[in-house]
Amino acid sequence: MASISTTPSAQPRLKLWQRLSFEETMFGWLFILPAVLGLILFQLGPVLVSMGLSFTEYDIINRPTWTGLDNYTRLFQDDLWIKSIQVTLKYVVIYVPAALVFAYLVALLMSGRIRGISAWRTMWYLPSIVPSVAAAAVWRWGLHPEFGPINFPLKVMGLPAPRWLADPDWIVPSIVFISLWSLGNSVLIFLASITGVPRSFYEAAEVDGAGIWRQFTTITLPLTSSIIFFQLIITVINSFQVFTSAFILFGSNAAGSVAGPGNAALFYMLYMYRNAFGYFRNGYASAMAWLLFLTVAILTFILFKTQNRWVYYEAGDDNE
Amino acid sequence: MNVIRYAFLIGGGIMMLTPFFWLVSSSFKTPATIYVFPPQWIPDPFRWQNYVEVFEAVPVLRASWNTIYITMFASIGVILSSAMAAYGFARLRFRGRDLTFSLLLSTVMLPYVVTMIPIFIMFSRLGWIDSFKPLIVPHWFGGPITIFMLRQFFRTIPLELEAAARIDGASRPRIFLQVIIPLARPALVVTSILALVFNWNGFLEPLIYLRKTKLYTLALLVNSLREFESGLDWTHYMMVVSTIMVVPVLILYFLAQRAFIEGIVLTGLKG
Repeated sequence: MASISTTPSAQPRLKLWQRLSFEETMFGWLFILPAVLGLILFQLGPVLVSMGLSFTEYDIINRPTWTGLDNYTRLFQDDLWIKSIQVTLKYVVIYVPAALVFAYLVALLMSGRIRGISAWRTMWYLPSIVPSVAAAAVWRWGLHPEFGPINFPLKVMGLPAPRWLADPDWIVPSIVFISLWSLGNSVLIFLASITGVPRSFYEAAEVDGAGIWRQFTTITLPLTSSIIFFQLIITVINSFQVFTSAFILFGSNAAGSVAGPGNAALFYMLYMYRNAFGYFRNGYASAMAWLLFLTVAILTFILFKTQNRWVYYEAGDDNE
Repeated sequence: MNVIRYAFLIGGGIMMLTPFFWLVSSSFKTPATIYVFPPQWIPDPFRWQNYVEVFEAVPVLRASWNTIYITMFASIGVILSSAMAAYGFARLRFRGRDLTFSLLLSTVMLPYVVTMIPIFIMFSRLGWIDSFKPLIVPHWFGGPITIFMLRQFFRTIPLELEAAARIDGASRPRIFLQVIIPLARPALVVTSILALVFNWNGFLEPLIYLRKTKLYTLALLVNSLREFESGLDWTHYMMVVSTIMVVPVLILYFLAQRAFIEGIVLTGLKG
């Protein structure tokens, strides 16, 4: 990202910035000024403020009072907080691999010589444009234990039919299911990267007698691994922040309300939302936000560290 | 092999579309015929009246207007400010440019959770709660993904075009407006579609900032029709408002399918 590719200069001994004109610098900063302000006002600034707030008690009406590490020590004794972590982790652990494998598989099936590609794409993509508020409402029917289209065939075949949203153990898998329904974006992204692999690679492999499976593991998978990696990162980050579907199905603004039977739908974001906007405990909620942020940051960092082992970047791919 | 493939795509595709059809068909049902098995694909009785009654029951027109208003101004803002920044990052050379750009791009990975509360506090101090400003103003300060996508496109515009304009004595802002912007139309269409859909479907931010019913967006209206909120079985109305909300996006998708898909694909490409 750091290297700047500019045309070779006539004065090679000068450093780059010494060759830059004042006019260009001024306009450069002017053009990016709104974005830089946005970066400070809505990203970097709030991150720092959020950390500061996490050491205070603050209801917006009264001045914040410094409470040191109180919020953090209280969090670790808060059963609901621990519950919300369990719920969220369960979701992440199921959803991330399921989403990536499923989206990749669908994309793989759609790639190559296939008729009616735009019809397939549309079919699989359309659910993604349904707003998440509506999607949640629709799946309340879809996962209905008696009338839903998922359980009916299961029952007809005599298979065990879970009670989905009515069963605490099945609530997280239900939410996973709902999220998988709007997987279209990932499918389209994977599809584009798989079809982007040059045909000549496969032709060469065929000449060498490599079968379909070998072609997949030695060509398709490595050449799309950088996209898989990027999708992995984004999916992990987003899956920690599930909110809308759980809120629509189980959320309520009433104080002391329960998120689903046995709080089985108390996702981290839901609990944080309740603390900040229901109970006005902004310091407490900020501590929650910061711990989540740290977790996600550490996870992302670890994933980036592992990428040398399995992510393949084409040689000469300029990373600027 | 191919048979399995088509079977899976058809089977799965139908499964994907079923809830979608149910959504639309339920908007013509009575509460009594919504939860039945087998589902009534063509509702009996077929209640067109739902679409009339819902306007009397809840402020649909108002919410539609609010959603259009927010979506329009937020999207215009993010495209304008991002295009400016993208031009600066793509075409002008100055100190600190690449560092700023990497920093900006890395915020894509910053969870919204961690900035949500301070931003809310800032806006509530400004007295902006129960106004559309918190949902519009931040978008006038650029969006990292939009900036990234536009920058990639601007870099493909031949430098000679810009150089020629320079020789003719055009200033940077003029080059931006009269050379770059017209040439970048395809990229602007793609990013605009993404921005429109994103703002149209937004839920968490409207939920936080808009409390008065007359300020509700369509998404908030759907939320308010839940049993939890209304205490009534208004599922059929909920489906009516959801359908009203989906249709414009659906039309946009079919009108500009290629640009739509291209936009989504581009958000997934690493720089």
